[in-house]
Amino acid sequence: MLHEPAVELGKDKSIPKKTRLGVVMFLIYMVVYSGFVVIGTMFPEALGVKFIGGQNLAFLYGMGLIVLAIVMGLIYNFFCTRLEDKLNKEEQS
Amino acid sequence: MIYQVSSTAIIIFIFFVLTVLGLSFFFARKTKSASGYYAAGGQIHWAVNGIAFAGDYLSAASFLGICGMIAFFGYDGFLYSIGYLAGWVVALFLVAEPLKRLGKYTFADALDAKFDSRAIKLTAAISTLVVSIFYLIPQMVGAGAIVTPLLGLPHWAGVVMVGAVVILIVATAGMTSTTYVQFIKGGLLIVFSLIVVILVLNKGIKLNPSADYHKPIVLAATLAEGRVQAVADSSYRVLGQHEENGLTFVKMTKAGIDSWWKLNSISSTPELEETLTVVETGDGRTLYNGEPKEAGKFYQVGHVKKIVVNGREVEETGPIGPFKFIKTLGTSQIVRFTQKAFTFAGEKITIYFQNITAGSDIIKPGLYYKLDKGASIWSRLDFLSLMLALFLGTSALPHILIRYYTVPSQRAARKSTIVAISAIGFFYILTLFLGTGAMINGSIDLGSSNMSAPLLAKTFGITLFSIISAIAFATILGTVSGLIVASSGAVAHDLMDKYMKIKMTEKQKVQAGRFAAVGVGIVAIMLGILFEKQNVSFLVGLAFAIAASANLPAILMLLFWKRTTAKGISWAIVVGMLTSLILILLSPTLYEIYGLPAASAPMPLKNPGIISIPLGFLTLIVVSLLNKKRGAAPILEK
Repeated sequence: MLHEPAVELGKDKSIPKKTRLGVVMFLIYMVVYSGFVVIGTMFPEALGVKFIGGQNLAFLYGMGLIVLAIVMGLIYNFFCTRLEDKLNKEEQS
Repeated sequence: MIYQVSSTAIIIFIFFVLTVLGLSFFFARKTKSASGYYAAGGQIHWAVNGIAFAGDYLSAASFLGICGMIAFFGYDGFLYSIGYLAGWVVALFLVAEPLKRLGKYTFADALDAKFDSRAIKLTAAISTLVVSIFYLIPQMVGAGAIVTPLLGLPHWAGVVMVGAVVILIVATAGMTSTTYVQFIKGGLLIVFSLIVVILVLNKGIKLNPSADYHKPIVLAATLAEGRVQAVADSSYRVLGQHEENGLTFVKMTKAGIDSWWKLNSISSTPELEETLTVVETGDGRTLYNGEPKEAGKFYQVGHVKKIVVNGREVEETGPIGPFKFIKTLGTSQIVRFTQKAFTFAGEKITIYFQNITAGSDIIKPGLYYKLDKGASIWSRLDFLSLMLALFLGTSALPHILIRYYTVPSQRAARKSTIVAISAIGFFYILTLFLGTGAMINGSIDLGSSNMSAPLLAKTFGITLFSIISAIAFATILGTVSGLIVASSGAVAHDLMDKYMKIKMTEKQKVQAGRFAAVGVGIVAIMLGILFEKQNVSFLVGLAFAIAASANLPAILMLLFWKRTTAKGISWAIVVGMLTSLILILLSPTLYEIYGLPAASAPMPLKNPGIISIPLGFLTLIVVSLLNKKRGAAPILEK
């Protein structure tokens, strides 16, 4: 017997597009995150170099990764909601 | 160290625990079905679920562990904040919605949705249990650490208390009460952490953190043939001298109390600098700075040696903004403490001496994970391994994944994840200020890195300390509840119901879950006592590595690779889990727990992720390709 979801979900026509969008956004974030890890591993002294406002790269990059995750999350939700509203509405009409 | 117990702390603590228990009993009356017990009926609002996610995720590791690690090692602790949050990106973009579509109560349900394989049910359930128990250890260690100063109880009492309360919460009401406990404590944690950060910034950076702060004493010394003969204060008498890795430590006595000092010969006049010591005497006593623990002489430390603002040395900055705070730390000198251990005249001596560190080194990685000075290939790989495990671990944690089943729709699952990312991200930004605030405000207990954040709150008054400590305790309750729900689901739903096919009514399923919760809770209590001395954030890093190695290859490949087979999934879980476990058992950290020298550990890495995660993926691909019965299509296209 296969397992059923906890609640019944309606048909969602936007799944393939949302999946593609998720993969693209994941890849973008992964590249930025990998950049931080690579700099930390291969060129650690660069993280101490000062940039904007006298702050070093470690602080700016680290904080940037946290803020970027929040901003990308909001963008992703905006587009997913729009896709769901548009494609599922077309399906109904 | 010994902490003063306050009645305010006890009252606030009892209020918190009673509120949580009251909530549980209230929801217990409504929990009659398995769906209600494991998934809160799938009817939690996305905003509540989002903050509950934060409450679930911001565990003892985040609050106590990360702040403590930043207080001891600066930016290296903040790496955990970055990695923990980045993991949510994987959860949001790749896992949240598909998992919501596939699952019922547990992570094993989702993995098994396509195959109906007994092997998947068994391996996924075992993996859930292993990951949850590894995640439970640091929560219980944190519970012990927090109860000691709050209620004046020993470590083990804190562990037992959390275990008992949580077992009561979970065994009574399951996921609904767990959700609301997590929601309340998640909100409170963020609000009160913000208050502490505002107070830290308002206080600014000062050379002398408080009126009663004890700065280590320095005495001029007279040397003859490299040995200290006498010091400027004639009430001290020199008893002996010990060389350790090029450092000289001198034992002296005054009024019958022995103390250890570090010889500094940098200036023209040699001088002895006071240290903090823990001495295990030949007759089995443990002395803290030469006296029993109760004497309270093992004082808190952490201060700034030199403050430089705009190229000028100052004694204090006054109120300061967050960016200026970090910038000023970067140009200042901070006193950290370094530990050395040796044996002298049959006594085991552990010495903590001042280590003046440039602020520029504090706000970049390298003090814990050696990347720059003194780096080796292994220390670099350790850093890489940690960052990989944190990035890939979040979306493979069973107690996080089950929260996707508590909301009514995919859209709600996505929205609650975004609320979680925003709340968690904001909290992680605060950790940098909480940790560095503790580092410079005399809030470090050298005996326990996990106490830095509550002790920082204590510098602003006992009420704030009591509230923060009670929230920290509630933090642990919330996370442990989630972990025990996940574990009991693995035992009662995945193993008993689905794998062994034991016929049970809805009521019996709930009963089985409750019994399983009690069993897992008892195991967690025992492990929490055993791992007392470890930093909780470090321990959570290990749980992430096991989750990422055992579960993530299965989840991602099931969703995105059409050739994934049931055998591939099962073998990937087994290989990922066993490899990461074996590598952890052979690691330097575990060797220290065994009482063996860390350097003798056969596995030089502290975190196994860089080996075990790729191995999990590789196993899944190879076994799936060798297995001729292929999957029809990736689950996302169905």
